[in-house]
Amino acid sequence: MDLNNYLELFIEESKEHLQTINNELLNLETEPENLTIINEIFRSAHTLKGMAGSMGFEDLASLTHEMENVLDMLRNSKLKINSEIMDVIFKCVDLIEKMVDIIEQGGDGKADVKDVVMKLTLIQDPSESILDNYEPKVNNEAELVLDEFQLSVIHEAKKTGNSVYQIKVTLDQKCVMKSVRAFIVFQTAEEFGEIIQSSPPVEQIEEENFEHSISLLLLSDRSMQEIQKQLLNISEIKDVYVSEKTMQYLEDCASNSSVDNLKNDKSIDQEELNASKKKQRSKTIRVDIDKLDQLMNLFSELIIDRGRMEQISRESQNTQLTEAVEHMTRISTDLQGLILNMRMVPVEQVFNRFPRMVRDIAKDLDKKVQLIVEGQDTELDRTVIDEIGDPLVHLLRNALDHGLESTKERISAKKDEEGKVTLKAYHSGNNVFIEVSDDGKGIDREKVLNKAIERGVVSKEEAKNLSDQQVYSLILSSGFSTADKISDISGRGVGLDVVKTKIESLGGSISINSTFGQGSTFSIQLPLTLSIIYSMLVKVAKETYAIPFTSIVEITKFSKKQETTIHGERVIQFRGQVVPLVFLKEVFQVPTDNSNNSNEDMFIVIVKKGNQSTALVVDSVIGQQEIVLKSLGGYLNNLLAISGATILGNGEVALIIDPNQLIQ
Amino acid sequence: MSILKIVAFTIGNEEYGLNINQVQSIERILPITRVPNAPSYVKGVINLRGHVTPIIDLRNKLNMGETEFTDTTRILITMDEDVELGWIVDETSDVIDLEPEMIQTTSSSSVNKCEYFSEIAKLEERLIILLKLSELSKDIAS
Repeated sequence: MDLNNYLELFIEESKEHLQTINNELLNLETEPENLTIINEIFRSAHTLKGMAGSMGFEDLASLTHEMENVLDMLRNSKLKINSEIMDVIFKCVDLIEKMVDIIEQGGDGKADVKDVVMKLTLIQDPSESILDNYEPKVNNEAELVLDEFQLSVIHEAKKTGNSVYQIKVTLDQKCVMKSVRAFIVFQTAEEFGEIIQSSPPVEQIEEENFEHSISLLLLSDRSMQEIQKQLLNISEIKDVYVSEKTMQYLEDCASNSSVDNLKNDKSIDQEELNASKKKQRSKTIRVDIDKLDQLMNLFSELIIDRGRMEQISRESQNTQLTEAVEHMTRISTDLQGLILNMRMVPVEQVFNRFPRMVRDIAKDLDKKVQLIVEGQDTELDRTVIDEIGDPLVHLLRNALDHGLESTKERISAKKDEEGKVTLKAYHSGNNVFIEVSDDGKGIDREKVLNKAIERGVVSKEEAKNLSDQQVYSLILSSGFSTADKISDISGRGVGLDVVKTKIESLGGSISINSTFGQGSTFSIQLPLTLSIIYSMLVKVAKETYAIPFTSIVEITKFSKKQETTIHGERVIQFRGQVVPLVFLKEVFQVPTDNSNNSNEDMFIVIVKKGNQSTALVVDSVIGQQEIVLKSLGGYLNNLLAISGATILGNGEVALIIDPNQLIQ
Repeated sequence: MSILKIVAFTIGNEEYGLNINQVQSIERILPITRVPNAPSYVKGVINLRGHVTPIIDLRNKLNMGETEFTDTTRILITMDEDVELGWIVDETSDVIDLEPEMIQTTSSSSVNKCEYFSEIAKLEERLIILLKLSELSKDIAS
C-alpha cells in the first residue's frame, strides 16, 4: 500500500493531537485530579499511536505506547501525578513533536527515544507488578449480564443441542490495530455459531475504545477445544479462554441483570452524550490553501469585470442592464464574503502554542506567570495567521523577560507574586487587534530616552519634545534594547524592530502603551484580509490613485487660501488642529499641462497613523470602490508611498497609496 | 551547442535579439499608468490581462534617448525568474534561428563593452545584438 497519500493527513492530524495533548497537559497541571483531562490526553495519545503504527513509524509508535501506558495508569489511579511525571510527559511530547517534524521534512521519523522511554518505564516500573496481578483477575471474572430476550434465545439453542460458551480473548499488548484484530476474532467465532453478546459492545470495539480483552458469549455445537484452537491461530492474540456455561448460571446472570441494567443505562446515556457532542462538530474537508488562493485570484478578476460592467451600465443607462448588474453585484458581494470567510482561521491556531511556551520560559526565568488568553476564536485571514506567529512569540517573550519583574521585585513592589500576561484578540471594524499586555514594571521613559540618545536614534533636542507614545515607539527601532542584561530569551536588540517590520509588511501597525510601574500593552492592528480592500479613488491631474479607507479620517474641500506656513512647512488648520499638508502632485511629481489652475477648489483627504494626521491634497475625489490589491511585481519595490496597484473598471491600472509613508 | 531561437527587434537603426524562451508575448501599446518616483526608464505599469506589469523603455535603458511611440511600437513581454516585465521597442522584425557559429562574443572584438550584452549574431548583412535579460532586469530590484 502506498502510504504517501496518507502522510500529509497523518502529519496534520498528529499535529492536531499533539496540540490537544499539550493543551490538556497544561490543564492537568492546574487540576491534577481531573480524570476527564487525563482521558482526553489518553485518547489523543492512543490515536496518535495507532496512526504512527499503521504508517510504519515504529519509534514513534513505541514512544507513544509507553506514554500511553503511563497515562493509562494515571487514568486508573494507579499512579499519582507529580511534577516529575509531568516533566517526563512533556519531554515525551516534545520528542514526538520533533519526530513528526522529521517525518514532515521527509525523514523516517527516527529519533533517540531510549532515554525518554526508560524514564517512562521507570515511572511504570514500581507498579507494574500490580498491573500483572490485576489483569488475570479481570480475565476470569465473568461479567455476564443477560436480558430476557437473550435468555430465550439461549433456551432455544440449548434445545437444538448447542452449548453456550463464554470466550475471553486477550489481545497482544503490542497489537496496533486492535479493532481489526477484534473483528477477525468475531469473524472466526461466527463460523462456529452465533454470538449473542460481546463485552465491550461492538460499537466500542469498532472505535477501538477497549482494553486488550474482549469477552464473547457464543452459541455453538462445536467443542470447546476446537474453538479455542481456531481463535489462537489468529495472530497477535495472547490468550484465549473458553468456558462452557450452564443454564443455571446464565439464569442467575439474567436475574442480576435488572440491577446492572440500570448501570448500563447510565453508561449508555453517557455514550449518547458523547456521541451528540461529537456530532456538533461540523463536517469539514481539508482544502489545499493554494486552491483557495487560486479561487481568490479568479474571484478578483471577476470583481474587476464587475467594476467594468457597472461602469458600462451607468454609461448606457439601460435599466435592464443596470438591474442585471446590480443583481450580479449583490451576489458577488455575498460570494466575496464567503470566499474571504473560507480563508479565515481562528487565531486559536497560533495562540494554542503559547501557554506551553510561556510555561517553559517562565520556568527558565524562574518567574511565576499566569497567561490569560482572550478572544482566541477571533478570525483572521490564513496568510496573516501564518505570519503573525513569530512576532507574537517575540512580544510574549519580551513581556515575560523585560515586562515582568522578578518574583522578588514584585513582592517588594507589593504586587501579586504571580505576574499576569494577557493575550487578547478582537475585531473592530475592518481590523483585528491583538494585544499583548503585562502587569510588570512598565516602560521607563527616561531609560528609553537615554538609550535612544546614546544610540543616536534621536538627538537631545528632539528627545525633549517627544510624547510618551513616541518615546515608547523608539524601542521598536532597530538596534535597541533597554535590558541591562542580555538574556537567552530576549534583549539582543534584534526583535522588536523585526516585529515592527513584519507587522507593517502585513499592512498592520503596532503601538505601545505603558504606565510606569503598572505594566505595558503592545497593540497590533491587522487588516482582516490582504487581497481586497475598500478604498477612495482620487484624481491628481489626470492620474487616478486609490487611498485605503482604513487610514482615511475625513475628506473635505480645500482652497489655497486656507493654507498657512509654520517654519516653512505648509499646514492647514483643521478642526482646531494644525495638520501638515502633503501635495500629492509634488510628492508624485505629477505632470500637469497648465499650472494656472491652482485657484480651483481642491480636496484634502485627512489620513491618520496612530495619533498623527496629515492632509493629502488631491484635485478631485471620484468615489469609493472595492479594489483588488495587486503587487507591482518583484521589479518595482520600495517605491515611495506606493503599496501596490489595482485594476479599475475601465481596465486601467491605478496605484494604491500607502499613507503611512506620507505621515511624518 | 544547439540552435538558438531569438525574437529580433529594432531600436533606431540597431537590431537586437532576445531568447525566445524568455519572451511571453508581443503587445501593441496599451494605456500605461505612470509610476511616480521610479527610474526614468520605467514608463509605468500596464494591465496585461489582469496582471500589473511594469513597462521599461528599452531605448532609455540602453542610454539611447526616449522612444517616440509610433504605429510599429511594440511591448515585448518577458518572464525571467517569475518577474514579468514589458519592454518598449520600435519594431519587432521576426523570429530567427541562430546556428552556434553565427554567434560571436564581443570580448574578442573591439566593440565597447556593455554589461547588457556579450554576444553578437552575424546573419549575412545583419548584426543582431543579443541582450541578456537577467542583466537588464537586475539593477532596479535592489
